[in-house]
Amino acid sequence: MNPLLALLIKASAIYGGLLGTAALMTLAERKISAWMQYRVGPGGILQPLADGVKFIFKEELVPDGANRWIFRLAPLMAAMPAMMTVAVIPFAGDVSLFGVDFGPLSITDLDIGVLYVLAIGGLGVYGIILGGWASNSKYSLLGGLRASAQMVSYELSMILTILAVIAVTGALDLRAIVAAQDSLFGWNIWTQPLAFVLFVIATFAETNRHPFDFAECEPELVGGFHTEYSSMKFALFFLGEYCAMIVMACLTVTLFLGGPAVPFIPDAPWFLGLAAFAVKAGFFLFLFIWVRWTLPRFRFDQLMGLGWKVFLPLALANLLVTGAMVSLF
Amino acid sequence: MSETQIFEYKSGLDPEQLDADDPLHGELMRLNIGPQHPATHGVLRLKVTLDGETLESCEPVVGYLHRGKEKSCESLGWRKFFPHTDRLDYVQPFLNNVAYALALEKLAGIQVPQRAQEIRVLLMELSRISAHLIYLGTTAIDLGAITMFFFTFTEREKIYTLLDAYSGHRMNNTYVRMGGLYADLESDLVAEIRVWVDSFPEKLDEFDSMLTANRIWHDRNAGVGALTKEEALAWSLTGPNLRASGVEWDLRKDMPYSGYEDYDFDVPVGTTGDSFDRYLVRMEEMRQSVRLCRQALDRLEKSTGSDWLLDDRRYVLPPRGRTHESMEELIFQFKVVTDMSLPKGEAYHAVESSKGELGFFVASDGTSDPLRCHIRAPGLMNVQAIPLLAKGRLLSDLMAIIGGLDFVMGEVDR
Repeated sequence: MNPLLALLIKASAIYGGLLGTAALMTLAERKISAWMQYRVGPGGILQPLADGVKFIFKEELVPDGANRWIFRLAPLMAAMPAMMTVAVIPFAGDVSLFGVDFGPLSITDLDIGVLYVLAIGGLGVYGIILGGWASNSKYSLLGGLRASAQMVSYELSMILTILAVIAVTGALDLRAIVAAQDSLFGWNIWTQPLAFVLFVIATFAETNRHPFDFAECEPELVGGFHTEYSSMKFALFFLGEYCAMIVMACLTVTLFLGGPAVPFIPDAPWFLGLAAFAVKAGFFLFLFIWVRWTLPRFRFDQLMGLGWKVFLPLALANLLVTGAMVSLF
Repeated sequence: MSETQIFEYKSGLDPEQLDADDPLHGELMRLNIGPQHPATHGVLRLKVTLDGETLESCEPVVGYLHRGKEKSCESLGWRKFFPHTDRLDYVQPFLNNVAYALALEKLAGIQVPQRAQEIRVLLMELSRISAHLIYLGTTAIDLGAITMFFFTFTEREKIYTLLDAYSGHRMNNTYVRMGGLYADLESDLVAEIRVWVDSFPEKLDEFDSMLTANRIWHDRNAGVGALTKEEALAWSLTGPNLRASGVEWDLRKDMPYSGYEDYDFDVPVGTTGDSFDRYLVRMEEMRQSVRLCRQALDRLEKSTGSDWLLDDRRYVLPPRGRTHESMEELIFQFKVVTDMSLPKGEAYHAVESSKGELGFFVASDGTSDPLRCHIRAPGLMNVQAIPLLAKGRLLSDLMAIIGGLDFVMGEVDR
């Protein structure tokens, strides 16, 4: 098969899956929160579609005194990075369907996949900062400022945990990292449990999710960075947030849980691998929702304290021990 | 404690306070929080000056819900003001009703029957629990624990269903009258209330397990909005806020009314006076209210059939059917409805409401028109403490402070 056509088909499938899952996540969030709160919640699988239609028909507002260009650009800048990082996630091994060979199920396998994810993923916060600044609203500005403070305090320790994983597997390529954890007990979660815990907590901060959602923080900042946004621009922020959650769940699975590896079935067919990947990622997506509707919110200086005084020393110590072990054995 | 301290806060900015050389000390930001804002519990407006996220000053502006309640009393007359008291602190209507009724009864010099007192105690404690549940739910939602709000409102809903069965209204019941109540509490309803009262401590333990040991909840509340004993007294805080600061002052114990002196209950007292202690005090108060409810239910079961309304035709309407049979009763009814007057004089009576000392001052010149009715609303004092507590804290702490102080704007603005 023409490799270009195969790539096109794979890319459409992956992006369709990403956006479809994001839409389903909004439904899951509302339904699961309803179960937790003795409510009924929305009914029906068409709810995300109705929400989307509603967003499209809402009035677009640009506040007076807003920087129009950046105000319009910010939602895109928030939504794009999450959608770009999904390109290097290895969802499954070689796919062959109806006798046609499509190659491995990922849009591309970069040699420096981890660096790509970190570099692009780190851009997502600019959308929030600029959106908050361009709105010409004090609440939005405070939300944007909080997002920037939050980014510097968790991203460092997050990268250090990933470095430990890289030290263990000796690869920057996500597919090589997956290949290094082919058996159940070869998963990085067993060799790097501390890094796993720190990384999972950091993903909550990376995606601006509760209990670290200071940038929007409704009781204090009304809506934070998206106070002034309406219609599809508002929806784009949310799409970005949900896509970021999905990408982060996928990344956690790839880095620590063997990606598409199926426990006890070596050389499993690709669809089993994809299903295993979905189950693992689904758990983390559920975790995002579960935590949001259970815990109170941190104060944003408490996250900074947590990031600098707890996570950073722990991640550094973890990296040090890992480095020593790797060089000794 | 007898010394009065005077605290002042600055609404304006003092440029000399700012270190001009410090690059982090730039221009201060003025932020207007409310009157429409998710966390202002109604229509409170806060004029806030921020240095980064640190509160330089915080000035509450009240009055957006002012409905002229005190003046309404003067023009409506004593009886017709009862429904208006419900709408003061609308999360605890029974407590407001009783506070007003007690003031009128004190002025008139009448004593309500034993059973009426027992019903009042039961309903006041149920109201206290429902008001504290609202405190818990709204404070939790302000601090991000949204599910907690639904849990507490589920329990509150059960209280409201019981009140609905009794009075026909979920919220503004208006079932207290001078000399007693509008209707007796039926014995099957007493049994229903007992079922709920027995089920509630389990739920309370569940709330406890969700929040008390939660590290985030503790960190958000502990040390935030701390008031010393002296400060709390100087700002005339009452109720749970005062007790959280370590002052053992509960009107139910110290100036008993409605027979509270015969009930067995404890008054929880905090030590640090911060938002976390306020939370703990209110949680324990709910447990004590359950104890009180149980005792009141026991007494109500024994006193079934006895009088629940004073037989005093100066202030109390005759039973409905009697007016069709008796000329005198018809005249009494006409007199009470159109021309009920209290003796010349003045009286003040306060009850321990869920927010603190809720007092009604009533003055009468002997005619049927009230001379003056003043409401001592504990919520107003609680709002006054915000500037002191907020100064130097973070914006996020403001939500813990507002939630912890617990006020309802209907009562603050009146």
